[in-house]
Amino acid sequence: MTAVGTEHRVIRVVVNGVPYEREVEARLLLSDFLRHELGLTGTHVGCEHGVCGACTVLFDGEPVRSCLLLAVQADGHVIETVEGLAPSEAELHPLQRAFWEKHGLQCGYCTSGMLMVLKAFLAEHPNPTEEEIREAISGNLCRCTGYQNIVEAALYAAQLMRQS
Amino acid sequence: MKPPRFRYYAPHSLEEALAVLAETADEAKPLAGGQSLIPMLNMRLARPSLLIDLNGLHELSGIELDSGAIVVRAMTRHRTVERSPLVAEHAPLLAEAIRWVGHLPIRTRGTVGGSVAHADPAAELPGVLVALDGTVQLTSQRGQRLVPAQDFFVDLLTTAAEPDELVTEVRFPFLPARTGTAWLEVARRHGDYALVGVGAVVSLAEDFTTITEARLSFIGVGGRPVRARLAESALRGQPVAAETWRAAAATVRGEIDPAGDIHASAEYRRYVAGVLAERALALAAERAREGARR
Repeated sequence: MTAVGTEHRVIRVVVNGVPYEREVEARLLLSDFLRHELGLTGTHVGCEHGVCGACTVLFDGEPVRSCLLLAVQADGHVIETVEGLAPSEAELHPLQRAFWEKHGLQCGYCTSGMLMVLKAFLAEHPNPTEEEIREAISGNLCRCTGYQNIVEAALYAAQLMRQS
Repeated sequence: MKPPRFRYYAPHSLEEALAVLAETADEAKPLAGGQSLIPMLNMRLARPSLLIDLNGLHELSGIELDSGAIVVRAMTRHRTVERSPLVAEHAPLLAEAIRWVGHLPIRTRGTVGGSVAHADPAAELPGVLVALDGTVQLTSQRGQRLVPAQDFFVDLLTTAAEPDELVTEVRFPFLPARTGTAWLEVARRHGDYALVGVGAVVSLAEDFTTITEARLSFIGVGGRPVRARLAESALRGQPVAAETWRAAAATVRGEIDPAGDIHASAEYRRYVAGVLAERALALAAERAREGARR
């Protein structure tokens, strides 16, 4: 009998509204697919075992660790990365604006993961408490800020989004 | 860190998945939510030559009520359980514990069946299942069987499932009348694996002042979830009172045998297990009373 399964597979995914079709190795992580195959390097790779949250993207609207998914598992699914946040080249997403204005980042390594998890969280909790925000980002590590300004930025972003 | 090479197959039905697994069981690994398996592949702690991806099998996902139990199908995500009104009503211990599982972006992918099949001794779901005397449904081409949680979890990452069997359902029995539950744990950070966790189930007599049955299920203190049987039998017939919970804590410390590691010493785990038992029993008893008032 021939072996079941294949080491390569053709996948079709929609990333930030753009459809892609690629042949990928089965062992390719979604994080590496986004960065190396599609050139979307805004998704950062920190620990590669699901601890740091830097690689968080939205998978059919839900936040996931892209280092804990295989690219082949994204076949037929819709992905959003940080590159898809801003409505245009000239305009920032309210989350991005809030992080900028409130100094919610220093080195920026964790920022794209923070933005993506907060996008999903704020969609469900438009008027969150500080404590709820701290829990929402508890799976995302930041080694610079001490989180203070990230939390402030998230609160401010929620306010901006409620106003618009 | 990247996974080693493997072949990948995504079956279209449970029947097909079982047929493939029956033929390849010695080399294959079923892929559920992947929140433990993919890190193990990335760190090369696991090197299966075939991954059978169960994520397309919608027949394996869903939550429903059956006679005497709430049934959660294996591929149901943690997040779905967390949001389920059925779970909140019929398995409050599960609803409380599931919020401690990893972080939001872990719970969106992680599955109930995957967590149970992985059998990490510090994971919440196995502890809940053992506390509630639940059962695990295993399915293979040879047929189906129900295994009590107590027999299913054998040791660290080891279960009673045969290589050709899949966990297809997990059953959480309904609670008796006048019963309250509580889940408490201590972890370095919320979402980290528990250093020690406990699920308490307390049933009261009609006068609400006497304990008719109590159960304590610990995680993080052994190779699998550990029931404190001596404390449980000592609690039967005792009054609802602070001294009762204190005495139970002392019995727990005497009967469990945790190991120490870089995260916490054995002494610390033993002590904390007693503290958590005392608090969880008190909270569960209080909830049993509140439940009656509602």
